[in-house]
Amino acid sequence: MDKVFIKTNITPWESVEIARHKDRSTGKYYIETIFKDFIEFHGDRSFGDDKAVIGGIGALDDISVTVIAITKGSNTSENIERNFGMPNPEGYRKALRLMKQAEKFKRPVICFIDTPGAFPGLGAEERGQGQAIANNLFELSRLRTPIISVLTGEGGSGGALALAVADKVYMLEHSIYSILSPEGFASILWKDGSRAKEAAKVMKITAQDLKDFNIIDNIIKEPKGGAHKNPAKTAEEIKKILLDSLKELRVKDLNTLVEDRYNKFRKVGSYTL
Amino acid sequence: MSLKDLFIKKQKYATIKSLLIKKSAEEKPNIPSGMWKKCDKCNTMIYSEDLEVSKYVCTNCGYHFRLTAKQRIKIFLDKNTFTELWKELKTTNPLKFKGYEEKLKSGKTTSTEAVVTGIGQLKGIAVACAFMDSFFMMGSMGTVVGEKITRLVEYATENKLPVIIFTASGGARMQEGIFSLMQMAKVSAALAKHDDAGLLYITMLTDPTTGGVTASFAMEGDIILSEPNALIGFAGRRVIENTIKENLPDNFQTAEFLLPKGFVDAIVERKNMRAYIYRILILHGVKNNG
Repeated sequence: MDKVFIKTNITPWESVEIARHKDRSTGKYYIETIFKDFIEFHGDRSFGDDKAVIGGIGALDDISVTVIAITKGSNTSENIERNFGMPNPEGYRKALRLMKQAEKFKRPVICFIDTPGAFPGLGAEERGQGQAIANNLFELSRLRTPIISVLTGEGGSGGALALAVADKVYMLEHSIYSILSPEGFASILWKDGSRAKEAAKVMKITAQDLKDFNIIDNIIKEPKGGAHKNPAKTAEEIKKILLDSLKELRVKDLNTLVEDRYNKFRKVGSYTL
Repeated sequence: MSLKDLFIKKQKYATIKSLLIKKSAEEKPNIPSGMWKKCDKCNTMIYSEDLEVSKYVCTNCGYHFRLTAKQRIKIFLDKNTFTELWKELKTTNPLKFKGYEEKLKSGKTTSTEAVVTGIGQLKGIAVACAFMDSFFMMGSMGTVVGEKITRLVEYATENKLPVIIFTASGGARMQEGIFSLMQMAKVSAALAKHDDAGLLYITMLTDPTTGGVTASFAMEGDIILSEPNALIGFAGRRVIENTIKENLPDNFQTAEFLLPKGFVDAIVERKNMRAYIYRILILHGVKNNG
């Protein structure tokens, strides 16, 4: 599989394959590699602890931050434990709880996102998957502390957006960010899930597409062949961009910060009068 | 016997009966189409005028018919008080998705997009309203839907008006990809500002409210109401069944399923809706215009 990724012209579908690669570094890896003294905190305080979402506090060089990651596992058993990176409502509620805590203690929030989407399950519906995501979008838009989100693998739909209403949104070069998986898109619009490759192209889901649309702030370069070829180097690149943007965001007056965040999302659209 | 003969059906029965039926059908008075409507739930035939009087609720089983935005406005707001705003907004097909322009023209409704927004009055009280229309591309949310609702909410914040949104949507509009997804954040952010201003936001969930609309403004109301039997959920039923490999209960994702789970404040029948929401507005100190 690897040989196709050595070339420089990566197709959208190849990006999907790299984004989903079994060896691709997890959010857990990035947290452990980038932050010092990370302490994990558990639970949403009302139902349970969702292992698809890791959250806690740590230090980015000398800055205390809150870190949250929607993460897959690095092997099959960890993937099962983390529900393949598909959070339940309590995962989103845990994330919001930790973000509110960050606001209180004036810590910036760093999010890593790698999820096929919010988990479509019976319990998830019963416990308000839609409400949990909605509440995150609502509260993140006015959170009075800097938020930086990095899409590291798959950014699937509302389940990814729930952690990406941020002041800065970055994507790893071969990560994807989309309204739905290419398979789901093809099956809804063309009644044929096998046309996923074609869907990946027309959906415009690559980091470059989203940068061109001005929906993300920047692209973080990956080593040739994908992040998994040199995870440490990728982590280093991420750390660099986090430090740079914190330098900019931390000096902003909080009213300006929140207003700028509002305008960033306010302007997204494509219409004429 | 030639091959052709194999495909010719031999007449096994006399056709007197079918002829008779045909004849009686021809003799029936010519009923203009649309005078009777069949209830989707109990199949009762209802006289159109009766249906209008009952606010499109089945006179036999109480089924609440899906409404176009125009019908909804007529039965909810005071007569001739609605001013539609931002009607002229049009999408520019950001992904250059093939066939999208044609699809936009195929709606079976007078609405020009999947939501109609504007200002109207409820028993003399001014309200900012959005009426989603499931007869327009299944009420899906693209950038125009997001933009119209955002403008409505911003207008309401500026003019200190309560917002009432009638949701009806299959979710985010696939044809506009990531742009549709971002509307969830945009509308939510506008509603958070409206909330910061201490203003009231009521959502009325109607059949169907799903996907990206459920995961954004449908669930952000100070008060969340629903029509009886409305389908309300995040993920699609089939997607869930395929994931968990189990059959789901019949009433799964209905208003009646969500009420005991704690996600809607009340289920309100259409005939009581005006009085019910008026009472909420009054209890929030929202004043009459005059």
